[in-house]
Amino acid sequence: MKSEAQKKERTMKLSLPTEELMSSGNLACQGCGATLAMRYVLKALGQKTALCIPACCWSVIDGPFPYSTLDVPIFHCAFETAASSAAGLKAGLEMVGDTETTVVAWAGDGGTFDIGIQALSGAAERNDDILYICYDNEAYMNTGIQRSSATPYGAWTTTTPVKHFKNRPKKDIDAIMAAHRIPYQATASIGYPEDLYKKTKKAKEIKGTRFMHIYAPCPSGWKSRPEDTIKLARMAVQNCVFPLYEVEFGEKYTLNIKPREKKPIDDYLKLQGRFHHLTEEHIKMIQEEVDRNWGRLLRRVDAC
Amino acid sequence: MKKVIMGNHALSWGAQLGRAQVIAAYPITPQTQVVELLSEMCASGALDAKFIKVESEHSAMAACIAASLAGARTFTATSAQGLTLMHELLHWASGGRMPVVMGNINRAMAPGWSIWADQNDSLSQRDTGWIQFYCSSNQEVLDMVIQAFKVSEALLIPSMVVLDAFAISHTYEVVDIPDQDKVDSYLPPFNPPVRLTPSDPHAFGGLTSPEHYFELRYKLQKDMEKVPALVEETGREYEKLFGRYLGQVENYRCDDADLIFVSSGTAGYTARVAVDELREAGIKAGNLRIKLFRPFPFEKVRQILIKAKKVAVVDRNISYGHGGIFYQEVKSALYGYDHNLPVFGFITGLGGRDVTPGTFKEIAQHALAKEKAEEDIIWVGVKR
Ligand SMILES: Cc1ncc(C[n+]2csc(CCOP(=O)(O)OP(=O)(O)O)c2C)c(N)n1
Ligand code: SF4
Ligand SMILES: [Mg+2]
Repeated sequence: MKSEAQKKERTMKLSLPTEELMSSGNLACQGCGATLAMRYVLKALGQKTALCIPACCWSVIDGPFPYSTLDVPIFHCAFETAASSAAGLKAGLEMVGDTETTVVAWAGDGGTFDIGIQALSGAAERNDDILYICYDNEAYMNTGIQRSSATPYGAWTTTTPVKHFKNRPKKDIDAIMAAHRIPYQATASIGYPEDLYKKTKKAKEIKGTRFMHIYAPCPSGWKSRPEDTIKLARMAVQNCVFPLYEVEFGEKYTLNIKPREKKPIDDYLKLQGRFHHLTEEHIKMIQEEVDRNWGRLLRRVDAC
Repeated sequence: MKKVIMGNHALSWGAQLGRAQVIAAYPITPQTQVVELLSEMCASGALDAKFIKVESEHSAMAACIAASLAGARTFTATSAQGLTLMHELLHWASGGRMPVVMGNINRAMAPGWSIWADQNDSLSQRDTGWIQFYCSSNQEVLDMVIQAFKVSEALLIPSMVVLDAFAISHTYEVVDIPDQDKVDSYLPPFNPPVRLTPSDPHAFGGLTSPEHYFELRYKLQKDMEKVPALVEETGREYEKLFGRYLGQVENYRCDDADLIFVSSGTAGYTARVAVDELREAGIKAGNLRIKLFRPFPFEKVRQILIKAKKVAVVDRNISYGHGGIFYQEVKSALYGYDHNLPVFGFITGLGGRDVTPGTFKEIAQHALAKEKAEEDIIWVGVKR
């Protein structure tokens, strides 16, 4: 029999803090990855955090006025202004004597890869002291599953119907951010909470622009089962569709999880209705693209 | 301290004396000197502010809004294309009740590219919920910025301080630069009743159902309605300290006038020359210069115009499909009060074409010759 203290120590070592800054009452769909991403991130950042949330699923998930599911302040800002709002909020807080609060821009892939990229690039180039977090569900979900430039090749969305599925690969936002030579950036996944937690902690302690790109499956938009959310997130790391790595100053690449055996993508695609129309040939093309991306990443990691 | 400065620098001085804490701005002709001087003021420490050198006007306004939410006094300046790029965020600032103060240099909208004065940029933002002040001199620009902070912060409504391209922005005039101590006594630090802070976490601007939204807008309008009285009060307070009264309008020889011009911006100064010359020629003219455009000073305008025999509204702007924008406002101010007062609407000076005393005399001639307005727009100085 283990003593209470021993038990506690064990849980402390293995899991995340038990404190919650996000409560259960929220408006997310069942199995929403974006919601888990927020929950884990706030565990790492703690109470002294302020969020700028542009239009995205999270502006709904948080709940309507006067409610909020989060125990940290939120500025619901315009769709394309996550980074510029966060930069302004940080400057404003500092000028009124609050130099400690971590100011987070929390945006979806649409708000990051597309409409918000100008403001993001501006903030990153200035190295504004903000933590920019993009939860990536690979489409505009808030408005009903339209394609974004984060939507992967082959996917169905309401603006890329099966007869005209998305015929361009996902934009490599991480390479774009690396080109800004910011002090810290990382990819993370809700399928690997400890890794996500650790990176968020690390990002919190760094000054300047930090960028985190969190993979967040969306059952409603991907036409997957809510209970498969975690599974899909883990598969995407194991098959190298969404590798987990860090980049410092745009140069130093560190791979965090290297799959022992790189899995083929077939099973991953099969679990998602948005890919059901694809032929063998399309799947082969996607596999080749994944392999190329993975090879490129390994070369960058090896070069360090 | 008296200094000879350009109109743009009057904006920068206003921001410095007002102790702006966060500035985010992007250059555009004819506003560039505003940001250049502010950069120097921040770099030298003369102004203790954070200057975010944003990549667009859009981000400038976004940053100002968020900084204001944190409780910092914020300032920006722009013109024409930059102002209209901000449009969505202008609503954000007023709807979110962030009292940002912004200088806008009136410049005609492209295409074709123009850097010269007209008012369509700022007037096309009239329904965004911003207070709008129109200036006619460098001194007025500086004074107005300081007063704008006071009015905006009291009511949590953002303000735009508007000045003409070149005729003010690049023109050098003697400006009395007030003592910092006195400005400090006039304008205490910004201390909003609610602000974004982790020590009292709230969500600002989230999803607002029909159950609540209507009341938020009702309150914005109710507070807008308080602006005219507050402008009077803060203007008198300013006058006590600095000897200059700002107010909602300038009444120039209107009290016994038969014909009153309604004008704004630098044209409102030019009009005074025309008034004097017309009076020498035996025509009792006057000029009502509108300084506060939003909210429109209906009561003041009505009080002054109702005594005239004719009113000639001079617009350096146009609402396409309708006519001069000040003309619309003046007519609605008079509606139901004096149906017989003839009000003429003139459009002139678009895209920076000169508006001279001669322009006003031509306008007077037209208004005096007709019994009442025969068309919605009377064009002055257009080549047809
Ligand atoms: C300027 C502007 N254009 C369009 C919209 C409509 N809109 C709201 S959220 C959204 C998509 C958000 O997508 P993403 O950033 O990926 O977040 P998600 O909804 O997927 O969580 C769009 C197009 C808007 N709010 N503002
Ligand atoms: S649509 Fe997707 S991202 Fe949005 S709340 Fe539902 S599951 Fe989450
Ligand atoms: Mg999305």
